[in-house]
Order: sequence, then structure tokens, then C-alpha cells
Amino acid sequence: MTGDELIFELSTPGRVAYSLPTDETPLYDLAAELPAHLVRQAEPGLPEVSELQLMRHYTSLSNKNFGVETGFYPLGSCTMKYNPKVNEVVARYPGFSAIHPYQAAETVQGAYELMYNLQEDLKVVTGMDAITLQPAAGAQGEWTGLLIFKKYFEEKGERAQRKKIFVPDSAHGTNPASAIIAGFDVVEIPSNERGTVDLAALKAAAGSDTAGLMLTNPNTLGLFETDIVEMAEIIHEVGGLLYYDGANANAILGKTDPGEMGFDVVHLNLHKTFSTPHGGGGPGSGPVGVKEHLAPYLPSPLIAKEGEQYVLKELPRSIGRVKGYFGNFGVNVRAYAYILTMGPDGLKQVSESAVLHANYLKKRLEPYFDTPYGQHSKHEFVLSGKRQKKLGVRTLDIAKRLLDFGFYAPTVYFPLIVEECIMIEPTETEAKEVLDAFADVMIEIAHEAEETPEVVLNAPHNKAVRRLDEVTAARKPIVRYTKPEEN
Amino acid sequence: MTKQHHYLPDTEQDRKEMMDVIGISSIDELFADLPESVRTKEPMQLKPALAQTELTRFLSQMAARNKTADELPLFLGAGTYDHYIPSVVDAVISRSEFLTAYTPYQPEASQGELQALFEFQTMICELTGMEVSNSSLYDGFASLGEACNLATSVTKKPKVLLSKAIHPQAREVVHTYAYGMEYAVEEIGLVEDITDLEELKAKLDGETGAVVVQYPNFFGSIEDLKEIKMMLADTKALLIVVSNPLALGLLEAPGNLGADIVVGDMQPLGIPMSFGGPHCGYFTVNKKLIRKVPSRIVGQTVDTEGKRGFVMTLQTREQHIRREKATSNMSSNQALNALASSVAMTALGKQGIREMAQQNVNKAHYLAQKLTEKGFFVHNKATFFNEFVVETNKPIAEINQALLAKGFIGGFDVSGFMESDHSLLVCVTEKRTKAEIEAFADALEEVDRV
Amino acid sequence: MTDKKVCLFSKDHEWVELIEEDHVRVGISDYAVEQLGDIVFVELPEVDSEVLKEAEFGTVESVKSSSEVYSPVSGTVAKVNSELEDKPELLNEDAFAQGWLMEVKTPGPFSKADLMTYDEYETYIENL
Repeated sequence: MTGDELIFELSTPGRVAYSLPTDETPLYDLAAELPAHLVRQAEPGLPEVSELQLMRHYTSLSNKNFGVETGFYPLGSCTMKYNPKVNEVVARYPGFSAIHPYQAAETVQGAYELMYNLQEDLKVVTGMDAITLQPAAGAQGEWTGLLIFKKYFEEKGERAQRKKIFVPDSAHGTNPASAIIAGFDVVEIPSNERGTVDLAALKAAAGSDTAGLMLTNPNTLGLFETDIVEMAEIIHEVGGLLYYDGANANAILGKTDPGEMGFDVVHLNLHKTFSTPHGGGGPGSGPVGVKEHLAPYLPSPLIAKEGEQYVLKELPRSIGRVKGYFGNFGVNVRAYAYILTMGPDGLKQVSESAVLHANYLKKRLEPYFDTPYGQHSKHEFVLSGKRQKKLGVRTLDIAKRLLDFGFYAPTVYFPLIVEECIMIEPTETEAKEVLDAFADVMIEIAHEAEETPEVVLNAPHNKAVRRLDEVTAARKPIVRYTKPEEN
Repeated sequence: MTKQHHYLPDTEQDRKEMMDVIGISSIDELFADLPESVRTKEPMQLKPALAQTELTRFLSQMAARNKTADELPLFLGAGTYDHYIPSVVDAVISRSEFLTAYTPYQPEASQGELQALFEFQTMICELTGMEVSNSSLYDGFASLGEACNLATSVTKKPKVLLSKAIHPQAREVVHTYAYGMEYAVEEIGLVEDITDLEELKAKLDGETGAVVVQYPNFFGSIEDLKEIKMMLADTKALLIVVSNPLALGLLEAPGNLGADIVVGDMQPLGIPMSFGGPHCGYFTVNKKLIRKVPSRIVGQTVDTEGKRGFVMTLQTREQHIRREKATSNMSSNQALNALASSVAMTALGKQGIREMAQQNVNKAHYLAQKLTEKGFFVHNKATFFNEFVVETNKPIAEINQALLAKGFIGGFDVSGFMESDHSLLVCVTEKRTKAEIEAFADALEEVDRV
Repeated sequence: MTDKKVCLFSKDHEWVELIEEDHVRVGISDYAVEQLGDIVFVELPEVDSEVLKEAEFGTVESVKSSSEVYSPVSGTVAKVNSELEDKPELLNEDAFAQGWLMEVKTPGPFSKADLMTYDEYETYIENL
């Protein structure tokens, strides 16, 4: 045993890690009733281990994984803030976790109330008039929002005409992809030298075939789109709609909101701004808010209040259902607990500190790395590894070297418009000492790039594995374990 | 001076030091670029912050207004199930290295997550009999929507045939996906409790890109996949199967019966009901479709020293690279719930999954037998797994209310789904005891017949 | 093995070799392959399908990029290099030999039109 085995390699026939009571009801033999070809022939090759073996295996895996509680996780555009423990406690209350989505309304009034309250709170946060909690994540929220665009134009008799969705070249890849799977065509709008949307290009592109604009504000460079009022005018004047990608909402709480900026549809990522754990890639939650004129098209049902009762409200003109039941309820419980814990003043402080931290780190790193945009940033900022590239050290190498020092790496090579991009989002929950330690290490790596580049080029040195061969993995994909004798 | 918040570390001194370095005298200067007209003028109209004890009191009272499956025996299934979850599951997924990580962008510091997902993919392949599994999607319905998008796109055939014996919300979600990608969805009716194969035959044509059935279907009945696959022989249509992974402990793997895509929800294995989410979709195909699969796939490789390791692979399929050329916009998956399922499948193992599935079969049939003895009509003609449809005299809403008064959470109203007036879809999992089943049969008899 | 000096080149870095007067072989240049890095997957058109000059006929993928390839001629696909399915690395090894992509039958005699000679292409990429 090396501790690096797959669970299948630890299996011994006959071992179990479960405990079921003896079944007192009579045996019902499916094999006697079903056509023979529908009866399972070969047993599924699931592992066979004892309970302690199971725990050791997964504990060993967790020791080879890095989370926010392991160390600083400056992954840009992902808002890797602290995930409060009390949220885990409340989400596990049986009253929230052991209830079935098809229970009669009178037996789940507490759950309806929670969802209703969260809808109301998110209206305040976004400046929108109605909220659906159904979308499971940001990308699903984008798609939901764009289908709402589609339905709105359809009812106005303009669906065939309005096919163009504008997406800045700095946008998340999900924006153009969501537009395509909602049936639109994507037109990319260039950024100007300040890193914000080129207003003239947007104006030139807008017309009677415009469906709308998708925008993240602050954008993925961490910069506030200061022309937002003009952009909204351009789009609305030609009859289009504005979509707010809430990935970066952590920068604006209590400072501005998408409603005030002129957006018609918004999604929030509760797993970013509202502290729910990312879980290694999910589950998240991506509620969508809309202005009054789009409210009839939201996915059905919403939660409404009639007197003292909470009820489901069906929407006959809805785009339809986008997700099972009520969305990721368990995630929404955590986000609601977070909002209650922060309150309006706390949320405002969140954005202030997030922005302060980003600008502080940027200032400290400016002498050592290229900063393509000089103005103050919001909650995140980008560096370019151009200077280090000339020394033969790439951004990827810097990312790997950071792992050696006990940090996770920033987002790298995104946005695509910045050469050798390094995108850093420190979040509000990191203490100044951590920011300083990170800055010190970044500066040390910048020196290493000049003096001992091989140390950076061969990083990481102290992780569970060295750099992995992604080329062979993609050329000859092995995506499941196969027992040696079956090879 | 404001009260220091326990999630926010900045002290007055920290703020001052950072502002000095930046060269500003107030944090407002960092927001000076916000146009005046968009600035929030008033404080947000939210409740003032609650301290932890206030929060837990407030939310535990809210939770207490819900009737749970822990208090009342629950005979409701219909896509979300009350199953045994081994204690190890929560112990593992509560480990912060899994809980608080994100998508494993840096594989060297994320080997634990990557290996766990590789193991998940393997277990899913084992259960479904398919060659390739991704590392999960939002839920089973999203998996089905993605499967229909994939099928219409690779076959270039703009029509999907969807059995009415599929979960009604899954069908709604497919219609929404189709509204986006603009292909046609036609539903195939039922003969009693299973898909009408004559109607399927009549609607199958050269434009059909996919035929979708559920196995076991929404009414618990086991569709004959082999027969359906044979009907597709002369067409380009792909066979998409939606399957409950627990049932696959006893049923032949869809991959061995000709399925081209198998999807479903892992909720029955290790994931709490949580009022319908978060659950966890799985998505499987055979090798020739591997480069069309949505979302993350983990692959095995080696590091520079030849040691085995794992990476996210075939990433050019994904939206962050393909952007407007992408065929799916999936970014995040449900990694934590995929992990929960892996732990549950590991705990159960080869033996446990069969035993648990068998208990579901036994108990559901025991309830059906008790109700038949009492004169109730059971609709299922085909063999069923852990759910079946029983006809009542009274409307189902009335029945369920009366059952609640007797301390039971009743079934799902499927009146009108088949030729019937008042039909109740009931589910019996391994968690229900013999005594509960008998008491429920008696209660149903009383509320319906008195 | 194709002698790259007799090939004609498009601005999108595809090469064309004349096999018969109405039959050409098509690939991508070593310069393009170098830009892409390690090729991990190649998607090619179906035999007998039609390709159009300057229209996409397939994709070439590296670990982190996916690039369309554009046909330098119009015609019917006569043959594709199916060896690339399992060995995309052939493109990295020799883009002008085992790394060819497809053969196309042109409706009439193949005409050079706006394609560049090897020397012209060399000058073209030097100025990129």
C-alpha cells in the first residue's frame, strides 16, 4: 500500500461498509418476472472495503486537495471567500434536508417561506422586480435569462428579426456559449485600451436586429464599465435588452446594483458572492432576476405569499422549466443564512474590503509585474506575465510555483485579451497578513524568474505529483479504471 | 466605529495601512468611477445582521414548520427518494479540502478531487454498462436536456421522441432545451403503464435524432429497452435512457441493451432529498461520442516522473475554450454530490447495492400485495421496481390530506397520466419497515373506503 | 512524402499538392502546427462530402485550443487520413507527410487562383 491506490485497488471480495436492517417482507424475485435479458447478468464492479478503509481512502484523497480552508485561493472571477460553518449546520436541519419537493404546501411552509424571503432579499440586492431560484448555476442562469429575451421578442413579434447578442471580448466563455444554446448569434465587441467596452463599436453594431448585450460589471479585468449608462441607452434605443452576468457582484454590494445600471435581466452566483461552498466544482446556485416587463416569462413556479400562507405561483407565459423542483434549495438555504448573518451594513463592507484588498495587492505587485490597466480596479485585477515571458518563464510556471508556497494559483490565461494573463481575486475574508505573504511570494517568484528560472520552470516541487502530461491524456483518453486482467 | 464582523478580518488599522500603500484616504475613492446616477443612495432594505445564536434560532424555527421524512413515514417518490445514507458520506463531504475547493484547475494541488471524480466516472460506467461518464451535471433533468441537445446535434436530425412515461418535470426541461436549440419534441403516449411502442413506431422517421425512455419509468415499470433498440435499427436515432442508478443493481445495464446515451440522477445513492436539490446528474456515452460530452471529464495520465495522476481532459469540448462554437454552456458540475454518491456506492459496494435494491423491490411489492388484498387496483402491468400506481375512489389531494392526519406522507398524484380517475403513485424504499407498510395500507383503506 | 516546395499555400496555412489535374491533397503547414503546439485530436470530413473553398472542413485541437481548418479548394472529399484518428501526433511529426488531412476531387482542373507558392508563403509568414 502506498496511499495512492484507487478505491478499486483496495477492494477485497466480501468486505462491506454499510449496514441495512434485515428485511422482514417476503422476497420478490424480479428474475422470475422479467424477461431474462432485463435481469442484470454481471455484477457492477463497485468497491468492496470496510468502513475504516473507506474513511482512510477519502481522507488520503482530501489530503491531496486544496480548499479555502487549506490556504489562500486567489482564483479570479470565482470569489473563493470563506464558507461559513453555521451555513452547513442550518442546511443540515432535517426540516430543510429531509423534506420532499412534492410534499403538500401545508407541510412545507417553512421551506416556502425561506424561498420567498430569499427572493425578496435578492430583489433588493439586484434592483430587480422578480426572482426565480430555479437555475442551478451561473451558466444555467445565463441561458434562462436569454430564453426570457427570446420569449419577450417572440411575444412582440420580433423573434426572427432579433438574433444578435453582443458579448465583450473579455467575457466569460459561458456568455457566448449560453447565447448559442438559447438560439442566438454572437457578435463579439472589442475592448478599448482602458479595458472596457468600446462604445463606438457597440453603437455601430446595434440596430433593429439586436437582441441584447451581456455584460459583467465590473468586468473580468476587474474594471468598472463606467460607460454603462450610455451602453444601456444604446441597447434600449434600438429595442434590445441588457443582461447582467453577476459573477463579479462581490464588488458592488450596497454601492450600485444592476437595476440602477439599467439592466433588464440578472443572474447571481450564490456560490461566489453569497459564500456557499464551491464543493470542488459544484453545486452552486444561479438565481435570475428580471424587471417587471419580463416577469411573466420567468421559469414557473415562483413562491408567492397570500395572507399568511406561502403558495406556488404558476406563470402561464413562462419560458418553461429549466431545472427540477425549486432549484438547488440546499444551496439557497446557505445563501439565505449568509445574508441574515451579514445584514445590509455587513454586505456593503464585504464589497469595500474586497475592493480594498484587490487594490492593495495590485499596488504591491505593480513594480514586479506588468499591469496592463492603470486605473483602480474593483474586487479583482489582472497582471501580465509579459516581462517574465521574456526570461523564458511563463504564467503557467508562475502558477505552478505558487503551489509550492502553499497558495492556490490565480486564474491564468483569462481574459483572453491580456497576454500571459494572471487574474487575482483576494476576497474580503483574507487578513492583511495573508495578502502580504502572498505578495512577498509573488515578488520572490519574480526574482526567481530572473535568477533561478529552472526552479520556477520545474515547479511544483512538493505536491502529490509533479507536472502532468495533459497531451497524452487528451490523445489517448483513459477516463475510467479497468481491472488489470480485463486489459 | 462599526462592530467587527466575524467573517471580515480588516481592522481600522489594517484599512489605514492598506489605504496608505494605495495612496488614498478613503475607500470611497476606489468607487469614485461609478457614475453618480447608478450609485445606491440608501442602505439596502435588508434585515439587520443576526448573531449566530439568533440565526440558528430563527432558521430552526423555520425548519420546524416543515414536516420531515424523519418524523412521518414517507411513501412519496416520483423522482426524489428517501433512502439510507451511510454516515460516512457526510463525514467525507464535510472535509473542507473537498467542500471549499473549486474546479481542479491546478491538477497538482487537486489530485484528491480529480481521483475521486475518476473513481466516480468508473462506478457510473460499471452501473450503466457504458464506456464513458463525465464527472456530473446539475441534475438528472439537465443531463437529459444535454443528451437531447447532443443527439440532435450529432445526428443532425431535428426531432426528439420522448416517452410520456418519463418524469413530467424532465419532459418540461427537455421542451425548454428544445426551445433554445430549436428542435422538435414529440411525446409518445402510454399503453397502461409503459411506452406505446406502436405509437413510437408510427412517429419514428428519418428526421428523428433521439428516442428517450426511462428505465424504470416514472410509474416504476421496467421498459423493454432491447425491443425499443431493435425498432431503431434502420434509423439514425440514438437511444437515450434515463435510469435510476439504484435499480441498476438488479436490472441489466442499459449499455448492454443498446443505449447510446444513459443519463439520470444520483440522488438515490447518498444524496439527501433537500426539497429537490442540489442533486447530481450523471451523463454517459460510448467511446465514439466521447468528444461530444458536456462538462468536465477526468482522465488518467502520468507526471514528469512517471507517477500516475489525474487531469481534466478533452477540455476543447468546453465553453471556456470553444466559446460561441460550444455545443453546451456547462461550466460547473456537482462535484461534491458526485463525491457523496461515490462514497455511498463505495460503502454499499457490490453486495450492498444489490441488497438495497432488492429491499426496495420486496417492500414495494409487499405494499402492492397488501393493497390488492384490500381490493385496490394496481395499474402496473409490467414488472415494477420500487414504485407503482394505485387507483383510489377519492381525489388524491383529499386522500393525501387524510393520510397526513393519520401521520403519513402519501404519494404523488398521477390522475390523468393514464386512463384513470384518481391515481396515486406510491414509493416504498428500504427505509420503510414492514409495520409502517402495513399501517399505511390500512390507513389508505380507511381514508379511501370509509 | 510531399515536397513542401511544390505545394501551394493559403493564407489560412493550408497546403495543396497536385496529384492529378483534378485531384489534390490538402494539409496544414508546419508553421501552423508549430503555432498550435501538441496536436491531440483531428476532426475530418466524411468521404464523399462536399467541401467549399475557404469554408471550414474540420478542426485541429491542442490541449487548450480548437482551430478550424479551411479548405483551399472546392470539390468532393475523395479520401481522408484516418490514421490521424488514433495518431494525431503525426501532424507534429511531419505536417507534409503522414500528417496530410484529405484528398479532394475538384469539379474541373484544379486552378491555383490566389494560392501562394512556397517562396511567397515563406515571405508571408515572415511578415506575420
